[in-house]
Formats: sequence, structure tokens, C-alpha cells
Amino acid sequence: MPAALGAALLVLPLLALLVRLDWAGVPAAVTSPAALEALTLSLTTASVATLVCIVLGVPLAVVIARASRGVAAVLRTLATLPLVLPPLVGGIALLALLGRNGLLGGVLEVAGVRVPFTTAAVVIAQAFVALPFLVISVEGALRTAGTGFEVVAARLGASRSTVFRRITLPLVGPGILAGTVLCFARALGEFGATALFAGNAAGTTRTMPLAIYTAFNGSGVSEDTAIALSLMLIVVAVAVLLVMRGWREDAAR
Amino acid sequence: MSRQAFHPLALIASAALVALTLGGCAAGAGTATDSSAGADGPSDATGSTTELRGELTIFAAASLGGAFDELAAEFEARHPSLDVAPITYDGSSTLAVQLIEGAAADVFASADERNLAKVDDAGLIAGEPEAFATNVLEIAVRPGNPLGIESLDDLDDAATADPLVVVCAPEVPCGNAAATLIELAGITLTPASEEQNVSAVLTKVRTGEADAGLVYVTDITAADGEVDGIPIEGADAATNVYPIAALEDAANPEAARAFIEFVHSADGAKVLASFGFGSP
Repeated sequence: MPAALGAALLVLPLLALLVRLDWAGVPAAVTSPAALEALTLSLTTASVATLVCIVLGVPLAVVIARASRGVAAVLRTLATLPLVLPPLVGGIALLALLGRNGLLGGVLEVAGVRVPFTTAAVVIAQAFVALPFLVISVEGALRTAGTGFEVVAARLGASRSTVFRRITLPLVGPGILAGTVLCFARALGEFGATALFAGNAAGTTRTMPLAIYTAFNGSGVSEDTAIALSLMLIVVAVAVLLVMRGWREDAAR
Repeated sequence: MSRQAFHPLALIASAALVALTLGGCAAGAGTATDSSAGADGPSDATGSTTELRGELTIFAAASLGGAFDELAAEFEARHPSLDVAPITYDGSSTLAVQLIEGAAADVFASADERNLAKVDDAGLIAGEPEAFATNVLEIAVRPGNPLGIESLDDLDDAATADPLVVVCAPEVPCGNAAATLIELAGITLTPASEEQNVSAVLTKVRTGEADAGLVYVTDITAADGEVDGIPIEGADAATNVYPIAALEDAANPEAARAFIEFVHSADGAKVLASFGFGSP
């Protein structure tokens, strides 16, 4: 009985959303300028954020995986903190660092750079919340793979870059892929940190989650558009899960 | 044995990389916003010295939604080289915080003087803010008023109907006005939710999630029959006066000034009146 209730809790709200959806109006709602703008912005920023996460996250994961036990524990905790923190706290923290009155605000002002409430702020917020997914996935894969092959290759005279390219990367490829997909999905759904750090301006910082929120709590896109956008985010999430499953099965073989 | 040399240097390198990437991102943004300002530099002799160019960014109170969309469209029609960015509508207090935290805008139109003063106190307002419209609250109810709500007294907790009421949060102008009227009416009102802008209150009533909400008379007009408005006796006691001002570090100060003048002009007043706003 509790199991059935649990399943109902997970499935019924989404079913209700599908029932409430005005299916005939979906194409028009999804292709409305406001929706397309939010969708384009979301896909662009989430892609850039994912790229940033790969560039920064893979080396960080390597460092954690190969560090001594104590150091690794500390680093791992730091790297997973944004995952556990409410995103709104992340937003406030980013403002505290990069805002006009933030720690680096003065430096940025001198440089003539304004970060908060720009598209760059969206990317930074997304990267902040999504990076842990990538680091954890890659670090897990690295630790599972161990260092045996790398040591052998190094003894046989392979340079460090060769070892990384020919041994490490192929070993942790699936981990990186899984992390990338999770990272992208998390970036796409990011709301709290974005709302505080990047604000809610159509075309600049109004990503899909913000467009959905605005539709219910402000002016902008219509409610039907919000529900249609929600559907799109659900579709993306389901696709991500399917892709992940495919990889897991590949990896298990 | 497996002492792979990942010394602290690697950490420092990663940290530097983070800084670089963020810096790169930010710099990119900086240049991106700069490029939106006047495409060509000093005006070559085109004759008209008042031709407005580039982009105009407006932050406006949520209750100004329909009116400012129309004003922006008319303003754009008069200045073909000028592009008005999609207006950012939200609660005045939210917009004020964003501006103080460094959001870039040319014009700020608030639903009350208090929130514009906050931005002014931060030294971000150019010149003197000027009032351009007024607004009063009404009770928004579902079409046909199924609960028969006639006055603020019907929203009293002591009342039998016990309607589900939403209002704006007190720091938002509409919430401030609501608090004033509730106090004047001498009732106790426990809102089911305090929203961050007036559009959110209207949405809750429109979708039937709430029985009643305190919104502006202009919101009722804009809702176009999806909610009914019940006038509040003595609503004038909490009349909101809307000020507008250009921002000190506006990217496009000429366009900001011209737009504010247009809002104050007879044509601008006509648009505002058509949405139900009063004149100050």
C-alpha cells in the first residue's frame, strides 16, 4: 500500500499535467515567440554551461580521484556542496561574489564588466549547480578504473599526456558522457540561482523555468505556454533518462 | 607506488582556469551588452540631431504591463532606428533590488515612490523622478462573484464565508496599499499567499486557485472579463502614484529621456488612461 502511494505521488502530478494540457494548442504555444525565445536561450545557456562544466569538471575530478584520502574527502565535499545547497543560496552566494556590491564587484567595475543580470550570469548559475554532477560521475568512474593501466603505460615510457589521452579518457569516457547528460539536464532545469543572480528579462535571462514561473506569477507568456513548456522540459528529462539507461546497459556489457 | 604527481599546482591551475572561464564569460557579456548601444558612433551629418539609435531597456512595475507594451510599440514606431528591448515586468521591489545589485537598464517605472527612492538612495537615478500615473485597488473575484463578496469586510477572518484571499507582499506597492486599506477597514485578513507582484495575485484568482485578491483596477480592466472587480470604499486613501526616472548609468540616456517625455506627453497619457490609470 505505501508502495502504491509512493508511485502515485511520483506519477499522478505529471499525469494531471498531461490531462490539463490543451493538446490542440501545444504546437502554437510552443512556437510562440515568447516560448521560442525562452527555449533558444535555455538550450544555448545550458549547452555553454555544460561545456564549461566539462572543461573545469574533468580536471577537478581527476585531481580528486588521485588525491590522498583526506584531501579527496575535503575536495569531494566542496565539489558536491552546490548539489545539496538550495539553488537560491547559490544565487545569493554568486551575487555576494560577483554582484555590484560583491567581493569582486569593485574589480569587475574597474574592468568595465557587469556580470549579474546578463546572459553570462545565467551560464555561471547553471554551471555552479550542474558542475557537481559531472565531477561526481567522472570521479566515480576514475576511482573504479583505478590507476593500474596508467602506471603500466607510464613505466613503458608513455608521456603523461599520452597516458591521459590513450588510457584515462577511454576508461572514464562513459562516466564523462553520463555526467555530461546529467549536467545538461540540471542546467536546463536551473531556476533558483538564475532567478536571483541573473533576474528575469525576456530574451536575456528568461530561460524556460523562468518563463514557466513568469507565466503563473507575472506577465509575459500565457499559462498554456507555461504548461506546454513544462511538457517540453518533461520530454527532455525523459529523453535524458532513456539515453542514460542505454549507456549503462552498454557499460554493463 | 601509484604516487601520480598531482601536486597542489594542479589545484591552483584548476582554480585559475575557473577564474579565467568566469572572467571570459563575463567579458563576453560586457562586450555583448556594449554592442547593443549605438551601432555607429558619432552621428554623421544626417541632418536630424535627435535621431535615436541603439537599444532601450525598460524595467517597469508588473501592473504597467499592457500599457507600457503599447507605449513602447508607439515609441518604436516614431523612432525607426531605435529598438526597445522586451520590457522587464516584475514587482517594483524586485526590480529595485535587481537595479541596486547591478542590473543594466535605461528607464525604471515603479508603482510607488518608495521603491524608486531605494534606487535613488543608491545613487543610481539620473535627475528627478516624475509621477506619471495613479492607480487604486479593487477586489478581484471570480466572474459572477459566486461568493457574493461586496466589500473588504467580507474578507475578514471573522466572516463566515472564509474566502481564500491572496494579496501582494507588503514590500511590493500593491501590498503596501492593501495593508493600508485593510488597516483602515479595521479587519483581520490572513492571506493564503503573499505574492511578489500584482500579476501573480491576479493569476491566482483568474485560475480559481484563490477566491479573491487585492489588485489594481487596471488589472481588472486588463483581465478582460476573466475576473470581476469589486470597488473598495475609500480606496483613494491608498492611491498609488507611479514615478518614472532614467538611470544614472543608462547605456542610452538620450532614448531614456525621450521615452520619459513621451510617457508624460498627451499621447502617452491617452494610452495610460485607456488602461484605466489616473493622472497624477
